[in-house]
Amino acid sequence: MSSAPACAEAAAIGSEADLFPIRVRGLKNAFGDHVVHENLDLDVRKGEIIGVVGGSGTGKSVLMRSIIGLQIPEEGTIEVLGSEITDARDDDDIDIRCRWGILFQGGALFSTLTVAENVEVPLREFYPEITDELRHEIARYKVLLSGLPAEATGKYPSELSGGMKKRAGLARALALDPELLFLDEPTAGLDPIGAAAFDQLIRSLQQTLGLTVFLITHDLDTLYEICDRVAVIADKRVIAVGTIPELIATGHPWITSYFTGPRGRAASAASERNAALGTVADGA
Amino acid sequence: MRGTADFIVETGAEGSAALVLTGPLLVSSIGAIDHRLRAVEGPISAIDLSRAGRIDTVGAWTAWSLSQHFGAPITGASAEAERLIAAISAVDDNTASVAGHRLPMLLRVPDHVGEVVAGLGQGMLLVLGFIGQIVLASGTLLRHPGRFRLRALVHQMELMGVNALAIIGLMSFLVGIVIAQQGAVQLRQFGAEIYTVNLVGRLSMRELGILMTAIMVAGRSGSAFAAQLGTMKLTEEIDAMRTIGVSPTEALVIPRLLATMLMMPLLGIYSAAIGIIGGAALSALTLGIPFFTFLARIQEVVPLHDVWVGLIKGPVFGLIVAISGCYQGLQVKSDAEEVGTRTTAAVVMAIFIVIVLDAFFAVFFSEIGWG
Repeated sequence: MSSAPACAEAAAIGSEADLFPIRVRGLKNAFGDHVVHENLDLDVRKGEIIGVVGGSGTGKSVLMRSIIGLQIPEEGTIEVLGSEITDARDDDDIDIRCRWGILFQGGALFSTLTVAENVEVPLREFYPEITDELRHEIARYKVLLSGLPAEATGKYPSELSGGMKKRAGLARALALDPELLFLDEPTAGLDPIGAAAFDQLIRSLQQTLGLTVFLITHDLDTLYEICDRVAVIADKRVIAVGTIPELIATGHPWITSYFTGPRGRAASAASERNAALGTVADGA
Repeated sequence: MRGTADFIVETGAEGSAALVLTGPLLVSSIGAIDHRLRAVEGPISAIDLSRAGRIDTVGAWTAWSLSQHFGAPITGASAEAERLIAAISAVDDNTASVAGHRLPMLLRVPDHVGEVVAGLGQGMLLVLGFIGQIVLASGTLLRHPGRFRLRALVHQMELMGVNALAIIGLMSFLVGIVIAQQGAVQLRQFGAEIYTVNLVGRLSMRELGILMTAIMVAGRSGSAFAAQLGTMKLTEEIDAMRTIGVSPTEALVIPRLLATMLMMPLLGIYSAAIGIIGGAALSALTLGIPFFTFLARIQEVVPLHDVWVGLIKGPVFGLIVAISGCYQGLQVKSDAEEVGTRTTAAVVMAIFIVIVLDAFFAVFFSEIGWG
């Protein structure tokens, strides 16, 4: 383990990179002739939960893959936590990958490792000096923090349900106490109760750990309940960013039909009801 | 800016010791002092965080577990530290096993042996069941020929047959050369170099052509069958097929099986022919037997039943390769690792059975006078 990657330092407090952990400028992504993004700009503020929405096939996941360096864009620059992702190489000495956590849609757990061992993978990779004992302890409390029962730590991913896999994936994403958390459709495929509980879990973790969360979702309830701002992708770029009332005020036809359609109205009403009952604030 | 975490034990006026943590308490810095922290001996009356820098959940965990260990309160914690410690302490059950369920070392060996033996017996039954399914599906297809998937069959024939021509040709040519060369060296001692023709011709037709082809097809196509079907099983494609009334045996297994059975004798004959050409080329170059004389002699010394031997073994070997590939693929249940082990098992099982059967065939054909 002599080649353990060194972890990048946090940006100075108050600097540009500190205020905006993610800055995307003039992004262009294309697969052959099919252009997915063109001239896409996006700033994510520190400490917010930003939801990214858009119709199917508008490139929400491609945007996330570009930001985390899995997709090399044709043009444009992406700055994450002060380093330019578009220049980053796998063999870079300084690595910002220890400062973010990513939850993939299906969990993407390593199928030959138990849940706790999955959580230990990033710890082993970046901090080989941590003793086995402490690493096991860290893995266990992360699993419990993610809302899994204690007996789940020694289970293999194939023994878990879909919702438990997502929680285990979240535990792995949080393994290094990241500043940035990327979530790809965290509530897709969960039952409404499970989805609401997952929303509240993300909210409370975000508040406790001071995370910045980049969240791709189709779930209107998630958008209303936990997102501080929402970015809308359409026409190959981000057409608007703001709170939901601000977005509706823009009058863009797609945004209007998205938020004021039957499902949008229902989610909005539910959110107002919850707010009136005070269930959002204390997460009960 | 990374700084290093450290700690000191301060003894107060009335003899009580406080453990003072200093520097940033982060996942990146705790690892260095964890070892020494665990060696600290009590009694400690307080865990002092007032001189600590930035803190994350790992730092909070360390402070909290120290305070649990010594029964000492945490003092001087910042608001952030308190918030994190509160979150951590809510999950106090930190005893669950990290590794998967494992037996003690001594029991693991007999346990594994038992599993292998039971697995062998169960595997036999499952293979039998699988062959039964194939027979049933063939019966259905005979009664409803319209349901037969001709396109899939042709596609598989191209994949496993036509696309293998180059590699099988090259391999057979080289083997033909080696046999001719080695045979000539031995036969020269008796002045019987001309029998190189018999050696190359009969060996290629009866044994090597079809055996080498079967091994190559098991490696190329048997493994592909297992990996394809195994992945389809994992992505629930096969379950989806069942629910819309398509039988996976009919749609996936039968075309692969038929394609392999049809192409194997053709590939075997092709392989034998190229092997003979290889032998002829070497003989022309080093033994002074002209190329076309060699080929003409082949006609005289290789009896027709040698060709039949190769042709009869072909479909049987093809059947074995296809069945073991498809069977292993359809047995995949849990994860990506199993696709790998099943693919390996498919190839090993196919080659092993092919070689065993080849030995039986050799005895059988010589008994019926086709020696």
